[in-house]
Amino acid sequence: MSAATIDHHFVSSVRQDMLAFARLQLRDAELAEDAVQEALASALAGEQQFAGQAALKTWVFGILKHKISDLLRQQSRSTPISAYAEEGECLDSQLEALFKANAHWHPSAAPRDWGDPEAALREKHFWAVFEACLTVLPANTARVFMMREFLEFETDEICTTLAISSSNCHVILHRARAALRRCLEQGWLLSGENP
Amino acid sequence: MHCKHATRLLSDAQDRQLPWQERLALHGHLLICRGCRRFRQQIDFLRQACRHYRSAPTQGLPEGVDGDNVNKKTDSM
Repeated sequence: MSAATIDHHFVSSVRQDMLAFARLQLRDAELAEDAVQEALASALAGEQQFAGQAALKTWVFGILKHKISDLLRQQSRSTPISAYAEEGECLDSQLEALFKANAHWHPSAAPRDWGDPEAALREKHFWAVFEACLTVLPANTARVFMMREFLEFETDEICTTLAISSSNCHVILHRARAALRRCLEQGWLLSGENP
Repeated sequence: MHCKHATRLLSDAQDRQLPWQERLALHGHLLICRGCRRFRQQIDFLRQACRHYRSAPTQGLPEGVDGDNVNKKTDSM
């Protein structure tokens, strides 16, 4: 049931979700708090414009995403190019370890059968592992991934915003996806909660 | 094509249109490599999970009523 107005009940029901979402991307509790407060204030101010075209929560999250995008842009300005390479070295060596010398999967490290993972989207345990894996992913690599997958930036927008090359962007996304996949497999699939 | 390269192309396919040569080579590899087929399924699932998370984060919630499930540049395979 979607709320029709931004009342106290609505705010208390979405605030935690908004904070988790913001914290994951900004990696700074205070900044996340600010982003959420500003987003809610904007939403309240612009509530008249909300014509019910989508769930209210989706709309408020849209505002939050804009705030987060702005803050990520600012954060990224102080990121030297070398930061991506440093993170990359570590992630690349972890990825290397999964392959044999001929660059085929090592039998013990090849992707397992995840069965029907969609059911996992309703499990608390899955989301806990999901958040943990994103938190553990090195910050600059994670930022690129989350700009792509959470904030829906196109890759060329990411490149422009972060001043990285297109090929570098693809390399970083590959590292992120490979690492997250592996992390999810280890942390969720193989944690004993799934047969 | 070896698996490491295939994983790179599978990731790229989520962000750009692969040229036909790459698509063809990748397709051939996937026919014979279960590990990479699973990799593809699993990064697709990862994207799906991210879609859910960005519209209805946190644990155990029923799927959000969400009209914005369109991701641009879907994979080309």
